[in-house]
Amino acid sequence: MSGHSTYKPKTGFTRWLDSRLPIIRLGWDSFVDFPTPKNLNYWWTFGGILALCLGIQIATGVVLAMHYVPSGLAAPGGSLAFNSVEHIMRDVNHGWMIRYIHANGASMFFLAVYIHMFRGIYYGSFKPPREVLWILGCIIYLLMMATAFMGYVLPWGQMSYFGAVVITNLFGALPIVGKSITTWLWGGFAVDNPTLNRFFSLHYLLPFMIAGVVVLHIWALHVPGNNNPRGVEVKSKADTVPFHPYYTVKDGFAMVVFLILFASFVFYMPDALGHPDNYVPANPLVTPAHIVPEWYFLPFYAILRAVPDKLTGVLCMFGAVGVLFVLPWIDRSKTRSMRYRPTARLFFLIFIVDCLLLGLCGSHEPDDKIFANLAGFTFIDSNLNSYTWLSRILGLYYFGFYVILFFLSWTEKPLPVPESISEPVLKGPALPKGATAEAEKKG
Amino acid sequence: MANTVVESYPPTEHGADDPNRRDFIHIAAATAAVGGVAVFAWPLIDEMNPSADVLALASIEFDLSKVSLGQQVVVKWQGKPVFVRYRTPKEIAEAVKDDNAPMKDPATDASRHKPGKAQYLILVGVCTHLGCVPNFGLGDYGGWLCPCHGSVYDTAGRIRKGPAPLNLLMPNYAFTSDTKIKIG
Repeated sequence: MSGHSTYKPKTGFTRWLDSRLPIIRLGWDSFVDFPTPKNLNYWWTFGGILALCLGIQIATGVVLAMHYVPSGLAAPGGSLAFNSVEHIMRDVNHGWMIRYIHANGASMFFLAVYIHMFRGIYYGSFKPPREVLWILGCIIYLLMMATAFMGYVLPWGQMSYFGAVVITNLFGALPIVGKSITTWLWGGFAVDNPTLNRFFSLHYLLPFMIAGVVVLHIWALHVPGNNNPRGVEVKSKADTVPFHPYYTVKDGFAMVVFLILFASFVFYMPDALGHPDNYVPANPLVTPAHIVPEWYFLPFYAILRAVPDKLTGVLCMFGAVGVLFVLPWIDRSKTRSMRYRPTARLFFLIFIVDCLLLGLCGSHEPDDKIFANLAGFTFIDSNLNSYTWLSRILGLYYFGFYVILFFLSWTEKPLPVPESISEPVLKGPALPKGATAEAEKKG
Repeated sequence: MANTVVESYPPTEHGADDPNRRDFIHIAAATAAVGGVAVFAWPLIDEMNPSADVLALASIEFDLSKVSLGQQVVVKWQGKPVFVRYRTPKEIAEAVKDDNAPMKDPATDASRHKPGKAQYLILVGVCTHLGCVPNFGLGDYGGWLCPCHGSVYDTAGRIRKGPAPLNLLMPNYAFTSDTKIKIG
């Protein structure tokens, strides 16, 4: 897509096609002879893994839709929707496996996307000239969250139902228009059959929108080319290798390893990431004692609950995602890779731990004690030894990290950055010996 | 720089055709297209609002003698749970005692039930935070505790603690006889 094309059609047919629709040329230039930095490490394989995840979700989803009934109307044992999911699990040939692949596939998709995003932050892949690439990625992430949420509603179990109730009610927090928006989303005065019908329609639509934005994402990647662990731009041909076979093989190997993890969930612990309450048919009159979202939403859920005011809580939760969009204008450091930014790296590592702990908070009830044996005492409105306060402190760091990055990117003194990708290898280390060795190990 | 520009279209007042006519056509065409899309989009958006059968007036009757002292019965009305609670004298006294306590959404106990029917509390069983169904008899005030985000309601359904902004809503209802109510 950028630079000079090296594709040479060999047969009469490909020559004929190339002058009419140069699609083979496009594929060749994008995925065969695309010049790729030669120092990409395994963190860079998650783009390919994510494409694989999207493919798996679409393929299994299309098949599941052939058997699923999107109706909340009551039927013996639950509803038509709930029963059709059980029908898929028990009666449809291979249905249990296809559904478990689809359900666990969502978790695998999010696992991969979080690694992909942390990779982007650590190595500064969002920085100029890749801001649009980063923002397109954020849009994909938003679409993924919407798709996953609506997909979780479809089995019409208790968690499905009350997940839908809580998330749609988030919009009710908006002043003035809140109530009209929730009524419009529901198609009624509560989450009900019309809600389920439209969620199914949108759950089928959004993955194809994701696929469309993925095409733009790859396009925006191929204009400036890949970032790399050193964060210095490609200077010459010596810095690159062709995408095929070097990265097709590396990505392929990573995919196989990833699929082993995927399969171990599907075949050995298919419900480990789910919740037993979702095998209870939806009942609008009883909320399960402990409702939690899927694991990949837990950090945001913890931020929502940490704030005592409804509207502020909702705004903080959306803000936690929204802040990613402006990251290129928060972190202004000219040095891309945090390998050469020891202070930023320290705050980044704390940020990862912070996100994981926020997830832990989201999985507990707000009043649960962190240390069971410690009585603690009430500070302002809640016990200091409760997940409420832990979420507040962690939530503060979540946003504080971006504030720190903003100021740090002006004040810090980065370590010397190598002239080019090849230079440290060809001309000896540009850094003190220890620093290079350490950086290499990280890769 | 100026000497390299080919001035084939000099921006003088009489040199070019009057640009206003062409601008007008562009603006008119764009307006018609945007207007057309908007007119077509509205039905596609409004289609998601409640349909006629959902809107059809739905009211239910309920016989209060089905609820025994100290208990609660949950009935479904417009797809939502409605709590019908038969309060004990102790619960009423506790609620009245707190009438002047600091609250997020101040209300007296008397405003939460029909006159002379203090024992019957009829409330929409939807947490005003994010819509979960609060659990009966739990929480610091013996009213309700929402399992989702920990909102605590007292025995008059008033919000006392947690993220919910408002008291549990009261549906429109009326006593049709001494022990029967009509909700909606």
